[in-house]
Amino acid sequence: MTSLPPPTARKLGLVIDLDTCVGCQACVTSCKEWNTQGYSAPLTDEHTQGAEATGVWLNRVHGYEVREAGQDQSRIVHFPRSCLHCEEPACVTVCPTGASYKRAEDGIVLVNPETCIGCKLCSWACPYGAREYDQSHGVMKKCTLCVDRIYNDNLGEDDRLPACVKACPTSARHFGDLGDSSSKVSQLVAERGGYDLLPEMGYKPVNKYLPPRARRDATTSRAEALPKPDGSAFDRLFQWADKVLSPGKGSARANEVDHSGKLEG
Amino acid sequence: MHPAYSVILFTTASGAGYGLLALLCLVGLSHGEASTLAFGLTAMVIALGLITIGLLSSTFHLGHPERAWRALSQWRSSWLSREGVLAVVTYVPAVLFGVVWSGLYPALDLIKPLAVITGVLALLTVMSTGKIYATLATIRAWHNGWTVWVYLAFALATGATILAAITSVFGNFPAFLVWFSNAWLVAALAVILAYWRSIDAAPRDLTIEQATGLGRMGQVSQWEVPHTAANYVQKEMGYAVARKHAAKLRRLVIVALVLAVLMMLAGLAVPFAALLSAALAIFAAVVQRWLFFAEAQHVSTLFYGAKAA
Repeated sequence: MTSLPPPTARKLGLVIDLDTCVGCQACVTSCKEWNTQGYSAPLTDEHTQGAEATGVWLNRVHGYEVREAGQDQSRIVHFPRSCLHCEEPACVTVCPTGASYKRAEDGIVLVNPETCIGCKLCSWACPYGAREYDQSHGVMKKCTLCVDRIYNDNLGEDDRLPACVKACPTSARHFGDLGDSSSKVSQLVAERGGYDLLPEMGYKPVNKYLPPRARRDATTSRAEALPKPDGSAFDRLFQWADKVLSPGKGSARANEVDHSGKLEG
Repeated sequence: MHPAYSVILFTTASGAGYGLLALLCLVGLSHGEASTLAFGLTAMVIALGLITIGLLSSTFHLGHPERAWRALSQWRSSWLSREGVLAVVTYVPAVLFGVVWSGLYPALDLIKPLAVITGVLALLTVMSTGKIYATLATIRAWHNGWTVWVYLAFALATGATILAAITSVFGNFPAFLVWFSNAWLVAALAVILAYWRSIDAAPRDLTIEQATGLGRMGQVSQWEVPHTAANYVQKEMGYAVARKHAAKLRRLVIVALVLAVLMMLAGLAVPFAALLSAALAIFAAVVQRWLFFAEAQHVSTLFYGAKAA
């Protein structure tokens, strides 16, 4: 049935922290690794040895440059994107076959690869570009929230997480029930001001994004922010050592960072 | 949006077929039985033939054409499914109408009820094709009040010129048909101009800043794409080949429709000019349909660096 179930109490989804994501692509490759042999198998790649290598990926990490007012340096935000398991997924209601569906028990949006006819209309209906068509398999592929991991009794309990969450080395990805306001993910969203992508489209995405925190490099990594020599005996000792060890030219003060980019000596 | 050629062929061919079918029903309502069996059968075979070619070609772009029957199941929520159901259902009264209207099986009192049922179903099928596109909120150029009317107007304009062409071949070409066809051609021209005016005026009010939610920090641009070669989303949604030629192609549609009107008028004096008029109308419909896809920008392109959608 492509008609939507009544609003689900459980809303399983991801919370993605744009502050801590470093764009390492570990979630991307672990997603591919698990899902190319899991529920959505295969996730075909084409022309893998050529210049135009392309393929089906359910999770992609974009990089955006953000120019903040009053800052001379722009900022890079690594931005992972996958299906948001919307509460009002038009990708499901447009499906003519019933292959696309939203699960009543936990809100996960899935495609049944046995009944999908590959008409691609669901991908047109998705504002997030989250669905990818598998040319060689002839059906639509999408994030399953690793439905074959999270309920998998054959895995240890701490492995019952989506592959992307499990792989993230900076814990930028969190998985849980966003329908339960007391869950860890819901609290995280409340604390950090988690937001929806394109709320104006009315799809009510379940996945949330935590905004990058205010930039800290102004106070942590710039030369003027570093501790100044305080005139103690140790500082004077290091200044003396610096003077003795520096050939020729006048000495640099200890702790002064050389921004010239030239190598000393 | 990438224009799948099978979808362009499908919507123009079956659109013309349903338009012709609906107009034959109108002829049945006003004139009763077809003037000759040969004319009636030829017109019905062409109408149902165009519809069938269109429907078959629509399965060519499917990943699994053998599963196409499944598309009839979700009519409660999906306009694509409704279109499929209406298309299949329409065949039943259409064939019955063709049999009695052409005089193959004379049953004069059945012509009118069958004409009403067939005509309404034919137009509903075209309307549901338009609805598939009009209900997609992700594509501003399609999510527009004029979309359904564009599909209906081009179906009826191409259908009317084909009807005039067939009639002219059978040697019975009343002047009334010239005015009738031209009325539909002018209606199609008016509707397409209104549609273009409407999509040009609609604000592109979604931005990359909104899509990423990073507008709270500042101005956003794409720094790194998440792949080494263009992916499915970019190829399917990011197609922009005709966008830069849009103005020229729009003029081509207008010129073809105006020439179709003039050719139809020439049909009053020159035999078979109506055939050329029908060819021009179909050409206009194909170019318009290609533009309909190529000019449409999808919201998801924002994530791939588009500034606004």
